[in-house]
Amino acid sequence: MPSLGADMEDGTFTEWHGAPGQQVARGQVICVVETQKGAIDVEIWQAGTLAKLIAAPGQKIPVGQLMALVATEGEDWKAIAAAAAEPPPRGAPRPERPTSESVPGRAAPAVAPGEAPVAVPATPSRVKISPAARRRAEQLGVDVTTVKPSGMHAAISIADVELAARVAKPPVQPTAAKPPDRQAAMRDAIAAAMSRSKREIPHYYLASGINAERAISWLEKRNEAVPIGERALFAALELKAVALALRETPELNGFYQAGSFRPGAGMHLGVAISLRGGGLVAPALHDVDRMSLADLMVQLKELLRRARSGQLRSSEMSDPTITVTNLGDLGVETVFGVIYPPQVALVGLGRLQMKPWVIDGAIAPGRVLQATLSADHRVSDGMRGARFLVELDRLLQQPEILA
Amino acid sequence: MSATIRINYREALRQGLREALLRDERVFLMGEDVGRYGGSYAVSKGLLEEFGEERIRDAPLSESAFVGAGIGAALNGMRPIVEVMTVNFSLLALDQIMNNAATLRHMSGGQLNVPVVIRMTTGAGRQLAAQHSHSLEGWYAHIPGLRIVTPATLEDARGMLFTALQDPDPVLIFEHASLLNVEGEIAAEPRAVDIDYAAVRREGTDLTLITYGGSLMKAMDAAVKLAEHGVSAEVIDLRTLRPLDDATIVASVVKTHRALIVDEGWRSGGLSAEIMARIVEQAFYELDAPPGRVCGAEVPVPYAKHLEDAAIPQVDGIVAAARDLVK
Repeated sequence: MPSLGADMEDGTFTEWHGAPGQQVARGQVICVVETQKGAIDVEIWQAGTLAKLIAAPGQKIPVGQLMALVATEGEDWKAIAAAAAEPPPRGAPRPERPTSESVPGRAAPAVAPGEAPVAVPATPSRVKISPAARRRAEQLGVDVTTVKPSGMHAAISIADVELAARVAKPPVQPTAAKPPDRQAAMRDAIAAAMSRSKREIPHYYLASGINAERAISWLEKRNEAVPIGERALFAALELKAVALALRETPELNGFYQAGSFRPGAGMHLGVAISLRGGGLVAPALHDVDRMSLADLMVQLKELLRRARSGQLRSSEMSDPTITVTNLGDLGVETVFGVIYPPQVALVGLGRLQMKPWVIDGAIAPGRVLQATLSADHRVSDGMRGARFLVELDRLLQQPEILA
Repeated sequence: MSATIRINYREALRQGLREALLRDERVFLMGEDVGRYGGSYAVSKGLLEEFGEERIRDAPLSESAFVGAGIGAALNGMRPIVEVMTVNFSLLALDQIMNNAATLRHMSGGQLNVPVVIRMTTGAGRQLAAQHSHSLEGWYAHIPGLRIVTPATLEDARGMLFTALQDPDPVLIFEHASLLNVEGEIAAEPRAVDIDYAAVRREGTDLTLITYGGSLMKAMDAAVKLAEHGVSAEVIDLRTLRPLDDATIVASVVKTHRALIVDEGWRSGGLSAEIMARIVEQAFYELDAPPGRVCGAEVPVPYAKHLEDAAIPQVDGIVAAARDLVK
């Protein structure tokens, strides 16, 4: 099960797009997984032959758990499937941990002969719950992490689970089982990610006005020269500019994990897309800096379409290296965004606003873009952040570079 | 309703012996002091006079010899009842019991079977100290080839012997010393009892007390006290320790989700551990609390009354452990 976002713990398997024996190519969508952010098409990164499909529809699978076996070139998929059907082979015997009695020169700890069993300290990460209570919780749909134990040894008992179920449910059941509330789940996911961001990331914010007249004129001329289907939005031009500007400041593009910064493998811009009915996703456009504007526009349109119809792919969900949020359409002048962890920066783009602008000592009207940067102070400093915005401005003044 | 009689455990055992001697002429009783003295616990009193020296045989003080003789008689078509004074002394005959009685059917490829019944007294509670008071039936229950039964009620005390004599293989009957004077009403007419199944002696819903022999009465008394505290305890009398009736145990745990085993034997490596293991193996997902145990203290059984009482399960201890489990 791939991680389709830093805040994802598990996904519910929906369906396979393929059967054992089928050839698969790198990047091919092979299955669909339901997450808090909707149904995601999962791609495979290993070419080969599907040998054994392990995940079953409806199954909730933790991130990192095996979903299928794939035979690579030269391997016999049938043999792999058959081997997987057998019980796992017993590994080589592990060396015995010496007991205190067997260590020379060390006396065994004094224990009362065979009396009360030794208390085992509880592992803090595991919910302490009786086996029967765990099963009852599954039957009642109770989240065991929310149940308070009152039983022996502070473990959750059947009675605790049943109490939690009674408290959780309104006294009168309105209708039969409702489908899972995806909107609520997404709200929870956003809440968790943003809380973590504000808790962990020391944000700093920079804002800069950029005269976009030249870029807009260039784009309008370009669009006149191409068929309607190939015309690009100013938003696409902005994305291209952001991607190229990041080349100057790679420390804004990547991840902060386990106490250190890891640069992104490319300029994969997460494009914040609000969904009909509420909620937000930020799937990635890959290698935007190396894409032509025409390609970028095609990809952007495609991404918006799939995001809104709930057909995003696993790679898009899992690896944006920076997020770009554009609220210009809604009339907002300036956006101060919250970084999506473990990313380290977010670029906010406001609306184009006609303003007086001084050029060579003369006031001229011009459409001005408010660009902002929210960045992680653990990784970069304001100086570097400022350099990014300056570079963004420079690129938008030379739009032909962005083609 | 049929007629009942008032009887004690000792008398019930004697009726069982008499019944067996009357019904099958191949049956005879052999052991130390079973004849002239009337049995060291007075169980066979009067039988010598009624059945004569041929069938009520006093044996010399050699457990190995007379248990071995009983096995030989069984091999030759008799149905001997061998009485060993206490379980502690049976260790002198362990070689005969384990290496001969329990193995001959296997070693002869089914040609020889040993239909012997060996009775012995077990358990503490009568201030007989550390060489007469242990509960070693759990040890015997470890041995394939034997059937181990533990009559805890008057009906079983009277009826189990004859059923045991019908078994083509060796059966060991453990009679708890503290039960001998227990009195009660049972049907006047002897009834056949099985030696295959555990019995639910009291129904309950909150936890299952699993016990046998001398601890059954204590568990029943504990269940009454627990009811006063609002705890509904089911009580299972195992009756047969080998083979164990897993189905009855598991069915009860499935109902109550909690199990407390009461065993006068020692905890470490004991029968209670085996029962616990089976519950966990077969009903893990039914458990709402770790299974619990009330066992004999891991000391030789003391002589002093207050120490002896403290060394074996008592009603208050069972109640306390049960209340802990349902807390």
